Amino acid sequence: MSDERLKQVSAIRRAMIRPELGAICGTILVFVFFFMIAGDSGMFSPEGIQNWGVVSAQFAIIAVGACLLMIAGEFDLSVGSMIGFAGVVIAILSVQWGLPVWLSIIAAFIVCTALGALNGFLVIKTGLPSFIVTLAFLYILRGLTIWLSILTTRQTIIGGVKEAAEGDPLAWLFGGVIFKGFFQWLGDIGVIDTFTRGSRMGQPVVEGLPMLVIWALALIIFGHWLLTKTRFGNWIFAAGGDAQAARYVGVPVNRVKILMFMFTAFCATVFATCQVMEFGSAAADRGLLKEFEAIICVVIGGALLTGGYGSVIGAALGALIFGVVQQGLFFAGAESSLFRVFLGGILIFAVIMNTYIRRMITGER
Amino acid sequence: MSTPLIEMDNIEKHFGPVIALGGVSFNVMEGECHCLLGDNGAGKSTFIKTMSGVHKPTKGVMRVSGQETMFDSPRDAMEAGIATVYQDLAMIPLMSVTRNFWMGREPRKSLGPFKWIDFKHANKVTMDEMSSMGINLREPEQAVGTLSGGERQTVAIARAVYFGAKVLILDEPTSALGVRQTSNVLATIDRVRKAGIGVIFITHNVRHAMAVGDRFTVLNRGQTHGTAKRGEIKPEELQDLMAGGQELAELEGSLGGTI
Repeated sequence: MSDERLKQVSAIRRAMIRPELGAICGTILVFVFFFMIAGDSGMFSPEGIQNWGVVSAQFAIIAVGACLLMIAGEFDLSVGSMIGFAGVVIAILSVQWGLPVWLSIIAAFIVCTALGALNGFLVIKTGLPSFIVTLAFLYILRGLTIWLSILTTRQTIIGGVKEAAEGDPLAWLFGGVIFKGFFQWLGDIGVIDTFTRGSRMGQPVVEGLPMLVIWALALIIFGHWLLTKTRFGNWIFAAGGDAQAARYVGVPVNRVKILMFMFTAFCATVFATCQVMEFGSAAADRGLLKEFEAIICVVIGGALLTGGYGSVIGAALGALIFGVVQQGLFFAGAESSLFRVFLGGILIFAVIMNTYIRRMITGER
Repeated sequence: MSTPLIEMDNIEKHFGPVIALGGVSFNVMEGECHCLLGDNGAGKSTFIKTMSGVHKPTKGVMRVSGQETMFDSPRDAMEAGIATVYQDLAMIPLMSVTRNFWMGREPRKSLGPFKWIDFKHANKVTMDEMSSMGINLREPEQAVGTLSGGERQTVAIARAVYFGAKVLILDEPTSALGVRQTSNVLATIDRVRKAGIGVIFITHNVRHAMAVGDRFTVLNRGQTHGTAKRGEIKPEELQDLMAGGQELAELEGSLGGTI
């Protein structure tokens, strides 16, 4: 029963109907733009790449969680507060209570994924929008974080984690760098600049690949594989596309959604742990506004706010765009407040594009 | 006479003080299409939800292939071979035909602890099943949203049949469709019936029912007005039974024809 009114779909149109399309174009545009205005500012030197690479990787870590959750049809606005909370938990347990850092990290992961499960459980049981439930947790967790921090140390910044983490087997997994030898070799042959004086003379300015970046790549690959290749991924799409229709064919929608809330909390904890290990301290105000930045990355990446559609690769590219623009404007010497103007603009543009793409997919007029 | 695939005996369903179903008896045999007609509010939805395990009957007995049964969940009903295709909840428009077709029962390949969907197999089966239902997909990855309403119903029916449904409950499959799409869905019902599946076709359109039905049962205000075989009843009589008689006859007079 072929319909003669249906035009043959052109290859271009087929290429258009992918969630990542906007993000791919955006990434190319952003790179071309900064090559032109900041190409000679050191933005694309090894140090510069490390600079925006790490920032982008940070965004990517929380964007992967937010992406899968949004495709499953829910939001988590407590990501930012969760980052602050997880960091303070690690610092209090290791510095104040004197527990080993590895144990503190594991404890933070357990507590935070449990809080993620609680978020999900409340959303499922009450039937309230996740927007409201997690907005409540945005305040609850931030308040608890500040209170815990002041209660134990009388200040909102807890330092001394770096010293405590010295030689710790798990801390390295979040704060370390790998491929040191390779980067030393790159320094030796002159690809990367080396320090010319001081105690680190002869060492490359980029010490190695930060574990943060490895985490980001691992989460992106895992998330993409899970979403597009596995049965569980199909259930994520189904839960967000139409929960009732999914339930009728036996998809465990509640389990899928709660697991996605837990995964988002897991990603926030990865972010927090890397940050604590990098700075050697935790602060109660860390992660402010991160929930919105994660959502922006996901939306730039082509996911629909209404759920059921999106891509992890797109979200990762959204994070890359975010990181490159934020740091690029700094390299270009632009007024940093303009970054927010740009962000707002690109957000509106992305949402309009996504709505248009959805119409093309579903054939709505 | 053989045993019915599913038999509902004097089913009652009360919601608090409201009697939604007041003793409904209904059955479907292998390879027949039994139409359940009723106007809005007659209790059709409650009845099919009882059959498909969403509601538990307050009173009455259900038998599946002669065995007395009580479903605790829609999943139980599905496992007993009773599949329900809901009017607007059959498919998820943003997902591909393959993803929809296999939703909840995705075929998998594995390597050690890793398991993933066998898309090659899934796509092939989807294409084959669709073409056996008379729908030639452009590609199995196309979104269900690009299909017409009739095609979506057909995908849902094909899915139920492929996964071994013995009884297919169709909830107003034609009510939102155009003329041509309706005839496609009716042709699909005929095809499914010939494969030996019992079809329960819920509708309030007498003409659609007359086109494929073997037997007809009318539900009105939570009660049945008996079951008639094909050829024993005229469309006008069914129409009257659905509406509860008199007023409609008067209306028809003033409108000049059968509604």
